[in-house]
Amino acid sequence: MDKNIKTEAHYAERASAQETSMPATSESQSKSKSRTTSASAPRLGVEKTYKLYINGKFPRTESGRYFTVADASGNNVANMCRASRKDFREAVVAARGAFSGWSRASAYLRSQILYRVAEMLEGRGEQFVGELTATGSSKRAAAQEVTAAIDCLVYYAGWADKYQQIFSSVNPVASSHFNFSILEPTGVVSAIAPQEKGLLGFVSDIAPIIAGGNTVVSLASEQNPLCAISFAEVLHSSDVPPGVVNILSGYRNELNEHFASHMDVNAVIYNGADADEIKLVQEQAANNIKRVVIRKKPAAPDPYQIMDCQETKTTWHPIGG
Amino acid sequence: MSDGKNAIKLNYDTGWEYAAAPESTDHININDRYELFIDGKFTAPKSGAYFDTINPANEKTLASVAQASKADVNRAVKAARGAYDNVWSKMKAAERGKYIYRIARIIQERAREFAVIESMDGGKPIREARDVDIPLAAAHFFYYAGWADKLDYAFPQKTPKPLGVAGQIIPWNFPLLMAAWKIAPALACGNTVVLKPAETTPLTALKLAEVIQAADLPPGVVNIITGDGSTGAAIVDHDDIDKVAFTGSTDVGRIIQRALAGTDKKYTLELGGKAANIIFEDAPIDQAVEGIVNAIFFNQGHVCCAGSRLLVQESVAKEVITKLKERMQTLVVGDPLDKNTDIGAINSAAQLERINDYLALGQKEGAEMYQAGGKTPKKGYWCQPTLFTDVAQSHRVVREEIFGPVLAIQTFRTLDEAVSKANNTQYGLSGGVWTDKGAKIFKVGQNIRAGVIWANTFNKFDPTSPFGGYKESGVGREGGLHGLSAYVNLH
Repeated sequence: MDKNIKTEAHYAERASAQETSMPATSESQSKSKSRTTSASAPRLGVEKTYKLYINGKFPRTESGRYFTVADASGNNVANMCRASRKDFREAVVAARGAFSGWSRASAYLRSQILYRVAEMLEGRGEQFVGELTATGSSKRAAAQEVTAAIDCLVYYAGWADKYQQIFSSVNPVASSHFNFSILEPTGVVSAIAPQEKGLLGFVSDIAPIIAGGNTVVSLASEQNPLCAISFAEVLHSSDVPPGVVNILSGYRNELNEHFASHMDVNAVIYNGADADEIKLVQEQAANNIKRVVIRKKPAAPDPYQIMDCQETKTTWHPIGG
Repeated sequence: MSDGKNAIKLNYDTGWEYAAAPESTDHININDRYELFIDGKFTAPKSGAYFDTINPANEKTLASVAQASKADVNRAVKAARGAYDNVWSKMKAAERGKYIYRIARIIQERAREFAVIESMDGGKPIREARDVDIPLAAAHFFYYAGWADKLDYAFPQKTPKPLGVAGQIIPWNFPLLMAAWKIAPALACGNTVVLKPAETTPLTALKLAEVIQAADLPPGVVNIITGDGSTGAAIVDHDDIDKVAFTGSTDVGRIIQRALAGTDKKYTLELGGKAANIIFEDAPIDQAVEGIVNAIFFNQGHVCCAGSRLLVQESVAKEVITKLKERMQTLVVGDPLDKNTDIGAINSAAQLERINDYLALGQKEGAEMYQAGGKTPKKGYWCQPTLFTDVAQSHRVVREEIFGPVLAIQTFRTLDEAVSKANNTQYGLSGGVWTDKGAKIFKVGQNIRAGVIWANTFNKFDPTSPFGGYKESGVGREGGLHGLSAYVNLH
């Protein structure tokens, strides 16, 4: 079954092939250049409009604002939606609406859906390699990042129906009660994705959140948002219910505060090491006693990251006739 | 059963009274003055200031207690840091555990003394101090002692390390028990401690300091300093504290969480609650009535996880409320040291004023208030057990934590309505469900967003059982295996 084994080399190869044959997805060229692909069959490339992902739909920002993403040479690659506070609030409404269904979906179903996401990403790997190389990654690094993101999804797909068994407990209380503690998702999580690794950083951040039954509003990397926004297409085709993952692009210095302060968000995850941003997030989170998770540097996937957005619920039940 | 109208019952207005059964206090030693417990010794506060702690049942002064200033907090943190660096973090874990076992044993030996002082200083009925607070405090030390050399088993694939110095601030409702909840896991995980008991109830924590001396715990491992909110703030703000553990109101919890922003200090917060206690029509009604009483009148309602909202299914509401009112007439309000007493003194004048404000407010909002009546002593702070009916979800007596023996009663028709009303709060500490049907227990239990669910029971606690809130009721868990996470670093 060698043909089914897609390696980093495979993606790197495809990426270099793609650069000449499919520039419309690679976005690697300056907009000022012609996007015709070959002399023998001139054709204008169809460029993608990057939009937000809210409640299973792809709206533009209500604010009508945009910001640009450049390649390594400073050429404009794409115009991104510069999401507003109102977009964020809409996304929280969607995430809250999706929470009861997703948190009560069986662990088996969540596991299967996450695995499905991995399958879809595997099938569309080239697109993401293209977007990563368009914004400065080497082909090899881009291919590595895509495979790592796929493997990360498979890893957490496997955890979705297992962490409960590892971290829950039956408690031997001294009175005549059956007492047990189980884990439940914290609720709606706002997540500020890492700036580095537009795809892997984003996927590593949201996978443990949703594997644990939470819903999420994520702010894509400001420096490299293409992959996170395109990842919405992967989620959209993977039976992830609308509203479970909502993705915004925009400015951290505008949105951090709202991600941290919103009263209907239960936890905020901040990826980065900017001391001022961390302090702001921690301060604003206190409005409604949010759980705050600060990840100053990327961590290898592990189930403790699922635990970051879990609540322990203990039930007492009398034993008697 | 009918609505209770035709049931045979005793008439409690006809001079039925219990003979007094006071617990003796002649074996109790309370000093006139208590100093700060720092570095293994009782030392005078730098400030030179002292404040009185009184018995809320008779307003008499029990002792004068030191007011720790910022300089005293510095001394305590320094002692804790020294003990951490030089002794406690280097000690074999099994030896650490043996010290904690010693503390547990000495508390058991002196349980009677602790129970009486707890009742005198805080106003709680001796029956509760004797049967709940003190045995549970000893059990907490005993449980966590055993964890000290087994932490590796609690965190698969990780190597748990202590955090360092923990600053711990505890409330006045369960003074010794909260000290145990804080100190025992902190020590077991290898941390040292600076603990501040509440201003109105410092005595059992200071007695615990004596126990710690008697257990030969190395100096500085546990420091106990008394004071008001400014002392607490100095602990939270201290640069050399690695962790803050706080139990108290959500408002203060918010201030603490904000104050810790921008620092690397870890924190756990056990905050307020407004728990719903849900009674279905198929519940064993008499047991449920007992459960309601225990949920809201236990410890004068000074309980963060109290069942302060009663949700009763419409079809049995009349019966439940009638029986509840009858039961309330039999509750003995009065001398906390009397073994017959069900409801002791309100902890302080300030808290009584707060409760009375809510009683006035509830009536002003249009709710119907019921109090059982009966005599209360002339001196001291007292509140009769109180019900509010005809309340709306928007009423402040339904939404806000009163922290007194005050129950707001609402009705519901369907399970979904009960769950939706139960969750209509910013809190999420606990919840109760009463029904004969197991499947319904699990359905309701699953849907209530709260950290502790009591099914056909209420207000039960155990050292092995994790406790803590969802939403604005706090962050983190105390008790059980899960309570260890608060005091270790896994990275």
